[in-house]
Amino acid sequence: MATSPSEHAERTEHADDPAGYDLAVIGAGPAGLAGAVAAADHGLRCALLDAGARPGGQYYRHPAPALGAARPDRLHHQWSVFTGLADRLAAHVAAGRIVRLAHHHVWAAEAGAEWRLHAAVGADSAGSAVIRARAVLLATGAYERQLPFPGWTLPGVVTAGGAQAMLKSGLVLPGRRVVVAGSGPLLLAAAASLTAAGAAVPAVVEAGDYLGYARRPGVLAAVPGKLVEGAVHGAALARHGVRLRRSSAVVQAHGTDRVTGVTVARLDARWRPLPGTERRIDCDALAVGHGLVPQIELATELGAATRPVPDGTVALRVDGHQRTSVPGLWAAGETCGVGGAELAIAEGESAALAIAGATPPRALLSRRRRLRAFAELMAAAHRPGPDWTSWLHPDTEVCRCEEVPVSAVREAVDELGAGDPRTVKLLTRAGMGWCQGRMCGPAVACLSGGGAQGADSRPLSCPVLLGELAAGTSEN
Amino acid sequence: MVIGAGVVGAACAYYAAEAGLSVAVVDRGPVAGGTTGAGEGNLLLSDKEPGPELDLALLSSRLWTELAGRLPAAVEYEPKGGLVVASDPRRLEALRAFAAGQAAAGVKAEEVAGERLRELEPHLAPGLAGGFHYAQDAQVQPALAAAHLLRAARQRGAELYLGEAVTGLPTGPGGAVRGVRTARRELAAGAVVNAAGTWGGELAALAGVNLPVLPRRGFVLVTEPLPRVVRHKVYAADYVADVASGSAALQTSAVVEGTPSGPVLIGASRERVGFDRTLSPEVLRRLAAQAAELFPVLARVRVLRAYRGFRPYLPDHLPAIGADPRAPGLYHACGHEGAGIGLAPATGLLIARQLTGARPDLDLAPFRPDRFPA
Repeated sequence: MATSPSEHAERTEHADDPAGYDLAVIGAGPAGLAGAVAAADHGLRCALLDAGARPGGQYYRHPAPALGAARPDRLHHQWSVFTGLADRLAAHVAAGRIVRLAHHHVWAAEAGAEWRLHAAVGADSAGSAVIRARAVLLATGAYERQLPFPGWTLPGVVTAGGAQAMLKSGLVLPGRRVVVAGSGPLLLAAAASLTAAGAAVPAVVEAGDYLGYARRPGVLAAVPGKLVEGAVHGAALARHGVRLRRSSAVVQAHGTDRVTGVTVARLDARWRPLPGTERRIDCDALAVGHGLVPQIELATELGAATRPVPDGTVALRVDGHQRTSVPGLWAAGETCGVGGAELAIAEGESAALAIAGATPPRALLSRRRRLRAFAELMAAAHRPGPDWTSWLHPDTEVCRCEEVPVSAVREAVDELGAGDPRTVKLLTRAGMGWCQGRMCGPAVACLSGGGAQGADSRPLSCPVLLGELAAGTSEN
Repeated sequence: MVIGAGVVGAACAYYAAEAGLSVAVVDRGPVAGGTTGAGEGNLLLSDKEPGPELDLALLSSRLWTELAGRLPAAVEYEPKGGLVVASDPRRLEALRAFAAGQAAAGVKAEEVAGERLRELEPHLAPGLAGGFHYAQDAQVQPALAAAHLLRAARQRGAELYLGEAVTGLPTGPGGAVRGVRTARRELAAGAVVNAAGTWGGELAALAGVNLPVLPRRGFVLVTEPLPRVVRHKVYAADYVADVASGSAALQTSAVVEGTPSGPVLIGASRERVGFDRTLSPEVLRRLAAQAAELFPVLARVRVLRAYRGFRPYLPDHLPAIGADPRAPGLYHACGHEGAGIGLAPATGLLIARQLTGARPDLDLAPFRPDRFPA
């Protein structure tokens, strides 16, 4: 039976190591876990920081032990890979080679021969700590891309990843009859998890046409694991009678107190809804997401070089050893372009080996190269079409934190001379609220005519108590 | 032809268009893309000692009141008043002397005894020696102010070219500046106004003249949205000394204020580090500590974000305003350091007066652009 890694890795040691660590790994998802254990295998003393309580990140999110989940593996593919990493982590923690720092949310990184990571500490982020290390591996993952549509703020509308997270951590369903919509491979995974947990999924609505994959069969054939994964999801969905609608989108969610149904329309190649193709589907929940956006602000604040990804996002630029353009800073996993857990693990391991001065095995490098090529292919297939904004209404909220409607953004662009996301933000407050533009950033970028989203800029990666800012970061 | 779509350029365009001139504005970036977009929107008299800058600020203060009636409410003009506090009797005495000089120049400054400070600001720390209330201090949302000034200018026919960097200043006979050149076009103009803010020095160099504008970096902290816990612009008396300092070293003195949208803004740090955009946790620490010293309640509030900007700084802390005798046809309206939002209308009006040959409202001599050795 699969065991929960939290049973042996709950211990958190004091952050302030007087000697400083050889390596600080930010993020304990697949990339960070793989990086930390591989680095420790090679004798480096590591700190493994994560904002969450338990290792695993978003991908290997699992229930707290108190919930007594009998089979957390049922909701996960490759659960054994995770338990393998978690067991190695536990051994390194026990031997003092890795110090696991849970509930450490890094809000800024100071570069140097000795790095200083400033973290908000605790489940409520009420404390603070400075972690010192000679090298840093950034494995902060990604957040979900949201494209707004009329009705998207109704209760019952959740993100596709949010639905997965509710299932994986709390074993809770967002509804009984759940439409899954958006774009990207996460939709199939979410639909499979939802049906496995007992929900009805009347439709999976995918805006892309999936043809992108078929155009490059050579790349697909090189990663059979991905084919198996897709086939598993596909078979599970077929068994539950789930219909996949391609080149279609939810263009409106209906309901007053809660979502009661959605309107789905077919899209043209530029993602403009085709008139006359609308059809209504009843549901009590909608899980929607348009793929993931690399979370890279800790690095871009330091001036790290970025690259555009075919899915329209911006990722860190790394060399063959996962080195960023900032000396001493390495990156692995989704921060280098969204590509899934298998790639993240390969990159985390490669980075760790390079940091430790070891030569990565050729098999590892070629696996990483194949998976990265596949990720780029997927990314191109799920890039939002330029005309998705035509399903918006003037009063559709773009920024939920600051309640900024589409009309305000258009006024800033048409009347006030804003032609880029930053100026739209200055003139409308879109992106100034709690989520710091993680929710509305891609939409604002499209509406401001700037096209692709620029690199994230968030001098503070997460909110920090002013009192902690005042007290916690002074030199000892 | 105005170079710069920040608040100073916008005010120049606004008053020039109002005076009936045909106007174009060009900027290498968007509206409010430089210092304007990174400012807090301070319209302060309280921090200025008697002299040319205070005269300019007094004129501007009157003009902002007028503009508030003409521009949409969206610019968030708030005549909230400022409160400068002193922690001990010695600082209070210094503040008293400073305020007396200002009062003689026409500033309304009213002493508030220590025990009465909390009537004005209920959450202020206890035990302060006293302070001064400056009723004329006000606030505006700087990016929106610039955008709406420009919109008003465009309604009077002004043209706007954004995202076009000026690459040259073509000259005519006798070396007179005759317009601007960008990668995309050449625009002829009888007069070119340098409102390029922090880049004003580089622009002056295109005309072959020296204007030593330097960047002085500042950070601002922004808290989560709160109910009105801070009513005025509140700062400690030490801030005045920092503003007047020419030191390259880091200075911080918290200026704390609420905004109509809810977040509390905490400035202001000053340091000369070139255009280095790297976040400095030490600066944030100092600002946070000083803010919590003024308002202990803020210690339990979350800081959501921080931003930085570069003030266009001239060595004597006065802006360059007016015609450049070294380059006929070239006018300057830059180098306002951290006071550009406040001083923009007066600057714009003075430039428009000079362009139309009208008598300026103030003596421009202290702001002469050729006052620095080459």
